[in-house]
Amino acid sequence: MARDTLTGSRIRERRAIRGLRQADLARQVGISASYLNLIEHNRRRIGGKLLIDIAQVLGVEPSMLTEGAEAALISTLREAAADAATPMAETDRADEFAGRFPGWAEVLAWSHRRIASLERTVETLSDRLTHDPRLAASLHEVLSTAAAIHSTASILAETGELEPEWRDRFHRNLNEDSARLADSSKALVAYLDDSEANEDRRGAPQEEVEAFMAAHDHHFAELEQGQVTAEALVDAAPELTSRAARQVARVVLFQYLADARAMPFDSFRAAITEHGPEPLVLAETFGVDLPAVFRRIATMPEGVLPNAVGLVICDASGSILFRKALTGFALPRHGESCPLWPLFIALNRPLVPIRRRVAQLGRTAAQFDCLAMAWPDGRPAFDRDPVYRSVMLILPVPGGGASGTTAQQVGSSCRVCPRDPCEARREPSILGEGF
Amino acid sequence: MGRRVLLIEDEANITEAIRFLLTRDGWQVDTHANGSDALDAIRRASPDLVILDVMLPGKSGMEILHDLREIDGYRDLPVLMLTARGQSRDRDMAEKAGVSRFMTKPFSNAEVLSAVRDLHAQAQRT
Repeated sequence: MARDTLTGSRIRERRAIRGLRQADLARQVGISASYLNLIEHNRRRIGGKLLIDIAQVLGVEPSMLTEGAEAALISTLREAAADAATPMAETDRADEFAGRFPGWAEVLAWSHRRIASLERTVETLSDRLTHDPRLAASLHEVLSTAAAIHSTASILAETGELEPEWRDRFHRNLNEDSARLADSSKALVAYLDDSEANEDRRGAPQEEVEAFMAAHDHHFAELEQGQVTAEALVDAAPELTSRAARQVARVVLFQYLADARAMPFDSFRAAITEHGPEPLVLAETFGVDLPAVFRRIATMPEGVLPNAVGLVICDASGSILFRKALTGFALPRHGESCPLWPLFIALNRPLVPIRRRVAQLGRTAAQFDCLAMAWPDGRPAFDRDPVYRSVMLILPVPGGGASGTTAQQVGSSCRVCPRDPCEARREPSILGEGF
Repeated sequence: MGRRVLLIEDEANITEAIRFLLTRDGWQVDTHANGSDALDAIRRASPDLVILDVMLPGKSGMEILHDLREIDGYRDLPVLMLTARGQSRDRDMAEKAGVSRFMTKPFSNAEVLSAVRDLHAQAQRT
């Protein structure tokens, strides 16, 4: 059933909200109750003056009846259906479902959003558990102390004849270790509490740089206009607390400035307005390479591009050097990303631009066009192997693309990816059955 | 001469408990608490088996194991590795480095004893 045929359901819903009987509404707009009944059950199309009259009686804009407020709801229902691993036979009737059972549809949509939110939480915690050095050290302390207590207590409990000297020593050890365990447990809880209260807590220089870039929305107009230097920006940034982060930020800003000089903002914006954010055209227009265009596109302020974009850069080891986050596309904080990303595929074919439509599993069913290319970093030199880097521009597919072109399934990281079997899997997913 | 085990572990009370257990089981137990000179300690002790913690000051157990397997005469020395990190990645790394057995903390005394006896028996048969 097409969406515009749900006008009748919306009329019925609005009428019920206003407490009007069918016959009353029919009389006020000059039609029979039986005809209104057919309309309300979506068996007669409605438009023109009659629609305007009904909307007036119901006290709503006519567009509320023809378009409804549930476009986002229907989109979420379709995402939920696409994310479900089991075959769904009725995705084409999501709009009918939303029209006939708006309450239940809201419940389903809310559940879907809740699952996505919980998955993000699991991903963050899993990522932190794996890579956060302070957390790893705290857990190591707790487990090691528990091991010592367990082992010592077993000796005391299971050894029949124990010399008093040994017994006293083990009792003393138990006392020491239990105190240690209490302290390390408290420290661990305090650390986790602090982490929850302060979500942008940073551990690596890249994270400080990302916070710095995000604080400026990845665009530095004053730097481009020569009103401020990269050094001054770095020195004034409260996000850059470590020397390493400031050093990384300087490198990022120098690259930014080089890209901005090659592709001045006004000209670049005009080219995008004329051609759209089409990297090949932009590269030819400005005589630059594609990675530079990808980077430059990602620095455009709001309003220049049709949608927000994401960007990620890695080196040849796969280590993530830079990220610009994009809603819906998970970029693990500490690397160890999905090797199926075009970012990494590009490393196998340096200088060959790659465009792939991907859908990230375990999250929303939204699709993204990923444009990637690997390039040798630095100047060439005789008999010196080039060091490659790869960049990937992430563009959201309009409308989510759930029913459009076939998208390659990728993950964020193995631990939170349900793809099975997967030729690229490094370790089992924690998203087991029933999780 | 009795069976010799070298325990490389920086947690003093774990060391004490394992030393007690193995001594009661007839082992001669040497201990060492630092990663940086652990290879020298292994050479000096000439053990029949090594119990090696992963997180050690100076040098990690993984690095020690990797370097140990590069040395002639130590490629088949039984090594029981102890770690508080039981992730499959760590297990894979240890296996690639040539670990004989991998055990996560907290472990039971019976598990340690059983592993040590098994590894020694296997080494005797080969």
